[in-house]
Amino acid sequence: MSQEVNVGISDMKIVTSPEGLISYALGSCVGICITDKVLKIAGMAHIMLPYNKNEDKANIFKYADTGIAEMVKKMEMMGCMRSRMVAKIAGGAKMFEIKSNSTIGNIGARNVEATRETLQNLKVKLVAADTGENYGRTIIFDSNTGNLTIKSFAKNIKVI
Amino acid sequence: MELNEIHIDILKEIGNIGAGNAATSLSQMLSKRIEMNVPEVSLLDYENVINSIGGAENVVVGILVSFEGEIEGVILFLLKKEFVHMILNSLLGTELHGFEDISEMEMSALSEIGNIMVSSYVNSISSLTNMAIDITVPSLNIDMSGALLDAVTAEFSEAADKVIFIREKYFCQEETIYSHMLLLPSMSSLEILLRKFGMEI
Repeated sequence: MSQEVNVGISDMKIVTSPEGLISYALGSCVGICITDKVLKIAGMAHIMLPYNKNEDKANIFKYADTGIAEMVKKMEMMGCMRSRMVAKIAGGAKMFEIKSNSTIGNIGARNVEATRETLQNLKVKLVAADTGENYGRTIIFDSNTGNLTIKSFAKNIKVI
Repeated sequence: MELNEIHIDILKEIGNIGAGNAATSLSQMLSKRIEMNVPEVSLLDYENVINSIGGAENVVVGILVSFEGEIEGVILFLLKKEFVHMILNSLLGTELHGFEDISEMEMSALSEIGNIMVSSYVNSISSLTNMAIDITVPSLNIDMSGALLDAVTAEFSEAADKVIFIREKYFCQEETIYSHMLLLPSMSSLEILLRKFGMEI
């Protein structure tokens, strides 16, 4: 990989090989990485919430449902085919355990659930996932190999 | 609701009084003379908070406490390595080399300190406004600041994109250390709070 394009929170980027993608320190957020291996085009979305209930058009990439759908649409416009697309996801941790009423729920788990559901609805095959637990993840996506590298604090580097 | 300069001044004042009490508690616990400046209070979004704390991948201690009662929300303390070292060294006499080697005992000491500091904060808001506010048992995690923060802002981001960020500067013996506190009241609680200070919203 020659260089990595940074994907910020509530954002999405698409690159072609040899460029890669990186997103830093995902906690309860989920990173969704999709490639078309034939064209070697890769997309990464960094979502923060499960569903765009209020049809917030200004921040479509903040939500799993609208964010993934828009990324798939943009990739198709670049010539990618839905049947060739494969997805890998990471994140959705529960960083804090708080015993209280409904103030803090498990947003990470809800993000992962919405991500899986959206991919299924869009008929994009999910091939690997590293989600949940209680630690943050920095994710690096290689558009050439489709490898997703996950770095966490005080843990070994993982490649899925 | 848009916050104007007067609202921010009130929030600063609340932050200031709370911080004074928290510094006093800290000083008593550590049996050290601790002085502080007027804290910097600002309204920041996620990216700005991350930059203020040294970048998304900078590892910090996060202590989260949720409060409920007449107003509700959460308080997140983010403690950088220098602050953690000062606390642990004063309390337990240990030297912190890296967050990787932190012990269970050091973790519970930090959790207790966080609890006491948050309590003195919340108590000062409570007595200023005559509102009953309860806090939960703190939850502690050590990780990349970006990961600690997104989990907390995600829960509240439907209400507001910005958080009240309070940076306190303490002077303890020869050292200058900072603590970072994020106050995330729910939007309705923020309105209640400002009304208590006679603000028209």
